[in-house]
Amino acid sequence: MAYINCEDLVLGYEGTVVAEHIRFSVNQGDYLCIVGENGAGKSTLMKTLLGLTPLMGGNIVIGDGLKAHGIGYLPQQTFVQKDFPASVWEIVLSGTLSQCARRPFYGKEQKRLAEKNMRRMDIWDLKKECYRNLSGGQQQRVLLARALCASASLLVLDEPVTGLDPKVTVEFYQLIQKLNQEGLTIIMVSHDIHAALRYASHILHIEKEKSFIGTTKQYQQSDFWKELGGGIK
Amino acid sequence: MGTGNILETIQFYLSYPFVRYALITGTLIALCSSLLGVTLVLKRFSYIGDGLSHVAFGALAVASLLDIANSTLVVMPVTIIAAVLLLRTGKKTKIQGDAAIAMLSVGSLAVGYLILNLFSVSANISGDVCSTLFGSTSILTLTRAEVGLCVVMSVIVVVLFILFYNRIFAVTFDEDFSQVAGIKANVYNMLIAVITAVIIVLAMNLVGSLLISALVIFPALSAMRVVNHFKGVVIYSAMISVCCSLAGILLSILFSTPVGSTIVAADIVVFLLNCGIGKVMGR
Repeated sequence: MAYINCEDLVLGYEGTVVAEHIRFSVNQGDYLCIVGENGAGKSTLMKTLLGLTPLMGGNIVIGDGLKAHGIGYLPQQTFVQKDFPASVWEIVLSGTLSQCARRPFYGKEQKRLAEKNMRRMDIWDLKKECYRNLSGGQQQRVLLARALCASASLLVLDEPVTGLDPKVTVEFYQLIQKLNQEGLTIIMVSHDIHAALRYASHILHIEKEKSFIGTTKQYQQSDFWKELGGGIK
Repeated sequence: MGTGNILETIQFYLSYPFVRYALITGTLIALCSSLLGVTLVLKRFSYIGDGLSHVAFGALAVASLLDIANSTLVVMPVTIIAAVLLLRTGKKTKIQGDAAIAMLSVGSLAVGYLILNLFSVSANISGDVCSTLFGSTSILTLTRAEVGLCVVMSVIVVVLFILFYNRIFAVTFDEDFSQVAGIKANVYNMLIAVITAVIIVLAMNLVGSLLISALVIFPALSAMRVVNHFKGVVIYSAMISVCCSLAGILLSILFSTPVGSTIVAADIVVFLLNCGIGKVMGR
């Protein structure tokens, strides 16, 4: 049984089909990169997996002990957040809300979890800093710590390195790799095909009519990769 | 006027129940509007407050046309419905949310004024309109029942805000993330819209329908200049709002200026002060 099993998905929004015949599964410990051209439906697929966009057809089965709201999500930054007066502590702590169930306030357990994940992301010293004053890389670590509070098993990342400078980008990829080695399952939507090949264990390449799913090795031997001009050095 | 003289005058006025009523409702409304203001400003929903206040004005005109004794019974539901509708259109970029809101708000303002002019039995129409728009004297003519309603509503708003504080923060900061984590963002957006409508109807007595947005926006913006975390912004903006409102009411009684505009003027002064402080602190 896989964490997520998708059969014959039809993706789209507001009645327009973006991509169809998508079939793949994600197992515990996988590092899946979703690649494809702009407008091919990468983001729509991710939002559908997360339940933010209704499914237009097909089946998504969640299993293997993954809870319904057990996904840690790292969204792209919204314009609201750019000047948002919130401390790092407030933001990371808000990741534990799903465990509060019906209780209105955070308990000791939630605070401990938030601290643990902030230390893990090396941002404990920034606890009292204001989010809007942090650098891009630090902001991503904050959002990552928040996502880790929401889930200890599966992270979904939406083009996480957009806007980061090269050095920080590499550091960020290494951080994700480390989390993956620690047992977390990763699903990442990415533009960066080279980083995807370097770090991911599986690639999902979506196009309007057909899509590819397989290990990174298989992908490099596929027609999809050749069409991209890959392999020609 | 010396200091002792001013204190005596205030004491003299405080012996009247209508002044005490005005101070109680003024404080409560200022408190509630500032609590929500922070969320509304951060979610880029400030315009909803503005639109709703005009809708409330239109509804009030209709209520007076129908000669309904307790106009709140009409104005409150109409404004709440408008709030829910505005929030829906605001989400769908397809139907140009901002244009829809501008249309609704200007439309209800015009129709409201038209109705008042055509059907009003009052001898002083422009005086009536002016007091609805700018709330010139209505806060000093509150009845016991109106004060009671305001107290009950304010307590409900404050309790709801405290109970859902963490979730409101999460939804304000990142709607998508909250939804994935199982928080029903739509429910909280709806809650925020409904509470906003309630506050706006209550605040019409205090500052009138044209100036309500100021009460919602200014304290939040002032606090955001100097404070760097959410809880601090909420608490500081509530303090600013309550102080400005109390000061405004007292000043307006002392110097017989219009209540609403005096409060807003106080809010503007505090905003400029905070801008200065923010600059000095380098934030």
